[in-house]
Amino acid sequence: MTTSQTIKGTPPPPVQEGGWGPDPGKQRRASLTGMYVLFAAITMLFAAFTSALVVRRGLGDDWSGIPVPGILWVSSALIALSSVALEIARRRLLEGERERFTVWWTAGTMLGLLFLGGQTAAWRQLLAQGVYVSTSPGGSFFYLFTVAHAVHVVGGVVALLYIEYQALRLRLGPGKRTAVEVSRLYWHFLAGLWIYLILLFQFWG
Amino acid sequence: MASHATHVHTPPSGFIRKYVFSLDHKVIGKQYYFLALFSVFLGMFLSVLMRFHMTYPDAKVSWFESLWPVGAPGGVMTPELYLSLMTMHGTIMVFFVLTTAPQAGFGNFFLPIQIGAEDMAFPVLNMLSFWTTFLALLVMCAAFFVEGGAPLGGWTAYAPLSALGESAGPGQGMGMNLWILSIALFCGASLMGAINFIATTIDLRVPGMTLMRMPLTCWAWFVTAILSLLGFAVLLSAGILLLMDRTAGSSFFLPAGLVVNDQILDHRGGSPLLWQHLFWFFGHPEVYIAILPGMGLASNVLSVFARKPIFGYKAMVYAILAIGFLGFVVWGHHMFISGMNPYTSIAFSIMTMAIGVPSAIKTFNWVGTLWGAQIRLTTAMLFALGFVSLFVSGGISGIFLGQPGLDLYLHDTYFVVGHFHMIMGVAAIFGMFSGTFFWFPKMFGRMMNETLGKIHFYLTFIGVYAIFTPMHVLGIVGNPRRYADYKTFEFMGQLLNVHTFMTHAAIFTAVVQVLFVINLFWSMKKGAKAPDNPWEATSLEWSIPSPPPFDNFGGKHLTVQHGPYEYAVPGKEKDHVMQVDPA
Amino acid sequence: MLLALLIWVFTVVIVWMFAGDYWTFPEAINEHGRQYDQHFATTLYITGAIFFVSQIALGWTIFKYRDNGGRATYSHGNNKLEVLWTSAAAVLFIGAVLLSTRIWAGVHLTPPQGEVVEIEAVAKQFLFNFRYAGADGKFGKLDIKQINDAAGNPFGIDEKDPAGKDDVVNSNIRVPKGKPVRLILRSRDVIHNFFVRELRVKQDMVPGMVIPLHFQADKVGKYDVACSELCGLGHHQMRAELEVMEPADFEKWLQEEDAKLKAQ
Repeated sequence: MTTSQTIKGTPPPPVQEGGWGPDPGKQRRASLTGMYVLFAAITMLFAAFTSALVVRRGLGDDWSGIPVPGILWVSSALIALSSVALEIARRRLLEGERERFTVWWTAGTMLGLLFLGGQTAAWRQLLAQGVYVSTSPGGSFFYLFTVAHAVHVVGGVVALLYIEYQALRLRLGPGKRTAVEVSRLYWHFLAGLWIYLILLFQFWG
Repeated sequence: MASHATHVHTPPSGFIRKYVFSLDHKVIGKQYYFLALFSVFLGMFLSVLMRFHMTYPDAKVSWFESLWPVGAPGGVMTPELYLSLMTMHGTIMVFFVLTTAPQAGFGNFFLPIQIGAEDMAFPVLNMLSFWTTFLALLVMCAAFFVEGGAPLGGWTAYAPLSALGESAGPGQGMGMNLWILSIALFCGASLMGAINFIATTIDLRVPGMTLMRMPLTCWAWFVTAILSLLGFAVLLSAGILLLMDRTAGSSFFLPAGLVVNDQILDHRGGSPLLWQHLFWFFGHPEVYIAILPGMGLASNVLSVFARKPIFGYKAMVYAILAIGFLGFVVWGHHMFISGMNPYTSIAFSIMTMAIGVPSAIKTFNWVGTLWGAQIRLTTAMLFALGFVSLFVSGGISGIFLGQPGLDLYLHDTYFVVGHFHMIMGVAAIFGMFSGTFFWFPKMFGRMMNETLGKIHFYLTFIGVYAIFTPMHVLGIVGNPRRYADYKTFEFMGQLLNVHTFMTHAAIFTAVVQVLFVINLFWSMKKGAKAPDNPWEATSLEWSIPSPPPFDNFGGKHLTVQHGPYEYAVPGKEKDHVMQVDPA
Repeated sequence: MLLALLIWVFTVVIVWMFAGDYWTFPEAINEHGRQYDQHFATTLYITGAIFFVSQIALGWTIFKYRDNGGRATYSHGNNKLEVLWTSAAAVLFIGAVLLSTRIWAGVHLTPPQGEVVEIEAVAKQFLFNFRYAGADGKFGKLDIKQINDAAGNPFGIDEKDPAGKDDVVNSNIRVPKGKPVRLILRSRDVIHNFFVRELRVKQDMVPGMVIPLHFQADKVGKYDVACSELCGLGHHQMRAELEVMEPADFEKWLQEEDAKLKAQ
């Protein structure tokens, strides 16, 4: 049993004025953990949608896919590039090059906004072709997946813009650096999720 | 950094920031607790109305008509009103009581304290989570007040009944939309809560608080959070799909060839079973979301008042983990008669029996903890012992239902109703009562009245057995559940005396709960001042003042040196060693 | 003290309720039903023993180990005991489910033997309807556009199909005694359920699915068919009658119905 063991190791740090003070390391770790946990939740959401697609496709005799709008491949490139730009930005920040961080972060954010624009264009194109949610199961799933993904992207863009704003005001303290870490992780996850979705449409839709 | 420190450590001064939009986990925990308290009385009120209708289906009650002019014309309850009361009773109890109080209520208040943290990992998220839950409750209650009233499809909302809209019955229109919206909000809130709980448990433990030194309550909250995270994400997806079927004309759950009210519907290719799979993938873990915190709490309380270490701490932890894992692979046992592949049923039933094993381990360990103990029969202990008794009684009937062969007859009878009310309903509620009596001194700084508490316990204990045991025999006779009255079937008419007995027991039990409310609110104002550690317990919350200061530990540095259940330690003067006592 | 007493009293009362003959299954009218009752009894003995022992033990510990000012035993558990009761529980639980698999297989996995009477059932809010193939032994094709309850065509039997001309439709189900019956279950709108207590079977009727169910009743009589899946506000009124008839009576009834159809 662990009860009989005594704790060895470093003695606790001295008491600080006004209590423990937030341990930035702890808070940073918790933020990263929280983000990974969020990934698990989003993964479950899309896994449930995917299993619905598998069941729906397997059971119904009326499956018909929809033509994947070409602009989605442009979107895919945009979000991938955006992800790369944010990663470069983060590395610049780690090296202490604040200005170059801001440049790359701005680029990443813009590409993210463009991605949303691309999605909107794809929806408009399909609607113009007369593909609605109710038109075909392929259409239902297409809107379901892309809108659910876009909602998450909007959340991500808000985070990117917030950091952009802080960066322009030169207020990226260590606390905000956690925000940079976490936001770019989230963005990578969304990019990965999008790649999965576009492959799903291409080969299963 | 200094600016951060002061920011975090000064309690807010304004009323709004202090009590309404508070970031303090203790305030949020209490908010959740009172939200659940309101909901449990609402849910109980609905159930008493249902029981009344079962026994006196033709009774004219004038205030029924004032409450529901459409649902109870002339004061006589219509079948559709009965079904909507049933649906709302189930939904409110499962989501806003069983999911809310034990996890979000007690968990929010005590998880950070028990692991030595100042607050949850993400206080703002925590606040958002509560207010989203609050909004969800408002939206749910609003369903009563829209045209057609509340939905009548049961808390499981099986498609196509739930997907057809108004043509499937009153309440399936706007009422059902609100129901889905409320559940979607609740899913969001639960996800936020789950992220907070998991990150807090993993990263904010104080030095020395290894995972295997956490009180079993923390283990239960942690695993419950994981279940919530994975389960509610899937329920959210199901809700979105259902809403699309209802409003956007898609066909996820609606197959071809539907003829409703002689109208051929323009849907094709969907699968009603898909809804059941998605729903129960959430729905079964939900059962454990409701009961695991109660199990953790009962373990904790039993050990404290038995003055004895918990029997088999490691086995208890592994059992919680096993239940958490297996909880995700048994959902099919709700679907044995649904038309699912019969071989799949056999696989699910074997998994279901497997999950009985860790549950049995926990029961044996509870009895083992009591063996050779020095039992102090406080009210909290009485409720924990009552929990064990109810858990056994409710769990045993699961062995019948988990076998597809026997489920062939018992499915959707009162046997099932008795089973889940016993184990997931009242056992979990007993866990909450136990938690209330146990933690009230810490939460409010005063003691509850023990005499009143014991009277309340004994009457409630008798009451719940009197309500729910007869349900099992009704099921054996074959009485189906969710019937608004029994006039169509002769054999059910013969069971009326059993129903009458249950109805009277239910009214009795409901009235008895007034004692609890009086005790709770009276003690908050007038109870004796609570010492720091009234129960001579060992975990961290008992080493700080009652109620705890704003940042819990007043800036003290703690290191944990002992396991959570060091009672009756040989060679020590006191009979217990606190977790923060020096090594 | 009081609690220990209460737990014991409840235990005894509950055992009495389940062991006694006061509330029990209606008499089974098929082989499966009798096997079901047997396995239910087996499960009841096993769980009853577990229930009785654990509740009595719980009461006993509460009674015996009251606080008397002494010190409790310091023990963190016992691994041998832990392993013992874990494996005992596992063997009992898994054993029970394996035993019951036979009953399940009898209903769902073993095809009926011999000459089978085929009957189709369709449910709608809040009625059952049953269809027999008639003299030609063939069911007519279905066309949902031709569904017309008022004109006695709840199935939507296609007028153009000659095989459907002699299909007998009835709102109650009649079956011959001692012959295997295959019931084909469908639903038109929401999920319903076919439940006959005396047959010990229950099966959902799911729109979009065609679910077979078979049974063989061996006792003449009339029995309730009750919908057991919530289907809307009239759920509690959704009833049909299962009549088990002597085979000769059954044939006679079918012929009469046929004659009625021809007369039209």
